[in-house]
Amino acid sequence: MRYLRYLIPLAAFVVLTGFLMKGLWMDPHTVPSPLIDKPAPEFRLTQVADPGKSIGRDDMLGKVWLLNVWASWCVSCREEHPVLVEFAKTGMVPIYGLDYKDTRDEALKWLERLGNPYQASLFDPDGRVGIDYGVYGVPETYVIDRTGTIRYKQIGPITPEILHDKIVPLLRKLNA
Amino acid sequence: MRRRLLAWSLVVLTAPFAAGAREAPPVGQDPVIEQRMMALAEELRCLVCQNQTLADSHADLAVDLRQEIRELMQKGQSDEQVKRYLVARYGDFVLYRPPLKSTTWLLWFGPAVLLVGGLATLYLVLLRRRRLLAAEPLNEDQEKRALALLSEDEGQPS
Repeated sequence: MRYLRYLIPLAAFVVLTGFLMKGLWMDPHTVPSPLIDKPAPEFRLTQVADPGKSIGRDDMLGKVWLLNVWASWCVSCREEHPVLVEFAKTGMVPIYGLDYKDTRDEALKWLERLGNPYQASLFDPDGRVGIDYGVYGVPETYVIDRTGTIRYKQIGPITPEILHDKIVPLLRKLNA
Repeated sequence: MRRRLLAWSLVVLTAPFAAGAREAPPVGQDPVIEQRMMALAEELRCLVCQNQTLADSHADLAVDLRQEIRELMQKGQSDEQVKRYLVARYGDFVLYRPPLKSTTWLLWFGPAVLLVGGLATLYLVLLRRRRLLAAEPLNEDQEKRALALLSEDEGQPS
């Protein structure tokens, strides 16, 4: 009993170390988005492949969809791309691209070379829609439900683990 | 082969600088708005390079956001409205001075609580020590020994 008080500093040390350990595994670049469970911001943009056709937020109402922010200049997007191409083949969810601060030529070349998992890609050359969606590190991916509400945001590349653990279960729930 | 490697490493090493060497972004015409924008941007965090303010950062996004702030101010929005606009998109994290709310209580009051707790503990420890000292006066033998030791000490150079 007497020695119990000597355990207090040890306990405090363990708690502190616990916090620091947690901090080690946390990515400081992943900032929680205030947009989760809020209506997806309004937009109307032309398609990368066809400047004559446009898509707006409200065209997407009634279906669950993924919005994947990408750019031909983005290195991590290249890492993520094969995962998206594979996932698109399952046909589980329509994937739309938001081509962020890019040029049409470069973007089209990129899609031709690496494959196109998108139903369509929206062209956002000055990044205005990106700002509305709080994009700060491409690639980013949003899961948007039937009512146009953002349900999940992935910052950084989608990996097969993230697909399996987070996105697919969420899609199942939303599509149920 | 070696030469080629060297050339490539030069390219790779200098690439970040090349990326920075771009056309200067348009600077606002109105000096009043420019000053207001920079003053506000000092208070905001750049999300790309998180320990820089929006005013300091050369990241693409920071340049875009400064332009966005400039335009919002030209439309007559107040600093408060501009802050709300950014918080709605990027969260409280953009503010270097986060608002006071239930999730930030620990952040705001934690240090003060720790300080007060530490001072209280110190006070209690000192109080107890004084009581312990007062509680055990020397007995006769100890007193004699102490006096002897003290007198022995006298006369010797310290």
